[in-house]
This record gives sequence, C-alpha cells and structure tokens, in this order.
Amino acid sequence: MTALPPFQTVLDEHSAAVMAILQGAVGRDAAEDCFQETFLAALRAYPKLGDARNLRGWLLTIAHRKAIDHHRARGRNPIPVAEVAEVAVENGIPERDEELWAAVGTLPPKQRAVVALRYGSDLPHTEIAAALGCSPEAARRNLHEGLKRLRKELA
Amino acid sequence: MKTATDQAIEGFRARAAEEGLLDVAYTTADSPFGPLLLAQTRRGLIRVGLPNQNRDELLVEIAARVSPRVLEAPAELDEVRRELDLYFEGNLDHFDLPLDWRLSSGFRQRVLRAINRIPYGQTRSYTEMARKAGNERAVRAAGSACGSNPIPLVVPCHRVLRTGGALGGYGGGLPMKQALLELEGVLGEGSSA
Repeated sequence: MTALPPFQTVLDEHSAAVMAILQGAVGRDAAEDCFQETFLAALRAYPKLGDARNLRGWLLTIAHRKAIDHHRARGRNPIPVAEVAEVAVENGIPERDEELWAAVGTLPPKQRAVVALRYGSDLPHTEIAAALGCSPEAARRNLHEGLKRLRKELA
Repeated sequence: MKTATDQAIEGFRARAAEEGLLDVAYTTADSPFGPLLLAQTRRGLIRVGLPNQNRDELLVEIAARVSPRVLEAPAELDEVRRELDLYFEGNLDHFDLPLDWRLSSGFRQRVLRAINRIPYGQTRSYTEMARKAGNERAVRAAGSACGSNPIPLVVPCHRVLRTGGALGGYGGGLPMKQALLELEGVLGEGSSA
C-alpha cells in the first residue's frame, strides 16, 4: 500500500483536469459547484482510501458522478423547486423546530429564501441558484451569511 | 486574474473548513530567518517548520502521522502568524496558542512540556530539562528531544543551553539560535559562546 500524500498535493496535481472534465460535462457555470462537490466528497472519503496509486482515476470517477447528479437534478426539475418537504408550510418555510424557523423568518429575504430552500426543501446550491436567479456562489454566500446569523441568534 | 479553477478551489477550501474537514491546515509565513511552515489541527498548533527544513517532507510526515486531510488554509493560521510577527518584533514575550503535542510522546514530550515553561529571556541547561522530565541522567535523550521539537520557536527549545552556557545545537542552525537569544536579550549582540 502506498501512503496517502497530503490532500493539498492531490488538489494541486489534479484540479485542472477535474475542472476541464466538468466544464465539458456540465458547462462553465455549473462546473464550479460540481468541482467543489467533487473535492468535498473526495476529502470526506480520503482517509479511508486504501490505495493511493490511481488518485486521478478515483477523482475523475467522483467528478463523473457529480456531473450525472447535476443532470439528474436538472432533468427532474421543470420548475426550479423540485421537492417540497412533506410538512405544513407557511410563508414557504416548513414548520419544524419552532424557534429555529422563527429565527429563519427574521432573516433578510435572500438569506431566508436560501436557508429555506437548502434545509427546507433540501436543494443543492445549483438548484437554489436556478430558483432564485442568482449564481451558485451568491446562493452559497447568502446561505453562509444566513447560517452565521442564525448561529448568533440562537446561541 | 483568478482562473475559474482558482475560484472553485477557494470555495472548496471554505466549505471544507465549514464542514470540519480540515484535519490539518497549514500555511507558510515570512520570518526574519526565512519562510516558516505552520501547521495546525483542531487541537492546536502541531508543527512549525524552520526555514532550513524541507516543507514537502514535513507535510508528508504529518499526512502519515496525523491525517492525510492536509490542506493549505492560510486564514486558519492568522492568530499564529500574528503572534509570531509580534514575537519577532520583540513585542511578545508569551505565546498564547493552543498546542497539539501528538508528534512527540513519552520522555520526549515531558522534556518539551518542561521547555514550554521556560520564561522569555531565560535559559536552562539540558540537565535541568532532563531532571524536570523525570530522569536527570538522561541528558543526551533530553538533548535529542530538543532536537526533535516539532513546534520550535513557540516551544522555546532555543532557550536550552549546555551546562556552562555553550549554545549546544539547534534545528534551525546555530546562527538562528544565537539571534533568537539576542532578540530576547539573553546574549549581547555579537557575543559567542
């Protein structure tokens, strides 16, 4: 068994190839999000990877799966919001943890929408972006800001 | 100009940190002696690589001994860099950083923890460190514990000298040890041991 190199080395050596493949598979706009999903999945699984000999093949397999996920998510969504959570909904926000969702309700509109779509309807960033007509990066930024605010609120 | 890949990597790094996947975050930082490698786990600072040490080899060793989830993440080490900068300017006499001692064990770790309690601007002998670690006769082992210190500068092995005051050794080279002791006001400029 070959020892696993630091993950940064994997990133340095293969990020360009992964990006190229993804841009081809899902287009430039969606490639960034698929790229991040690919490397996050890889990083999660990395310590348990038994064999360091074909890291490139391993990464490209993950990238391929993420590209398929992306197309599937698109395909089953003629309208932006695909799956609505099966709970009572008011103002577009599912009622679960009262206090938590009350706090979500006080967020600025963009942040509120992103948090609700992400955790209420379990949509990935790309679909949230499509639903709101913004970039995945903007969706993520709003989500991040929203969550930060919620943590502060509920701490 | 940032490429699409650079931007994607940046986002990935932020999300990895958010998800708690950064087992080891590292960066390189400037110092008066050259670039330092700084590596940190969730427990604290685990490794400081001195300018004369091979950065890539240190990272490979960390990947093997701690976790292969090793990523460059400069923002995670802001506080470490800040305190080191102040130290090199002569404006910090006590590091207030959590430390991860995992890269040393047993007698060596006891020696290093004893070294960590030597105050700024003071020196001790290898013999004293051996005694503090529980075996006064293990002077040579205490010396090699200093030599293997994974967190130099912050764990101040440069404050350990030979009995009688000779400089002894230093992983970063003797000129660096001498300069650090001058910075702390222990040795006068240009004095040699």
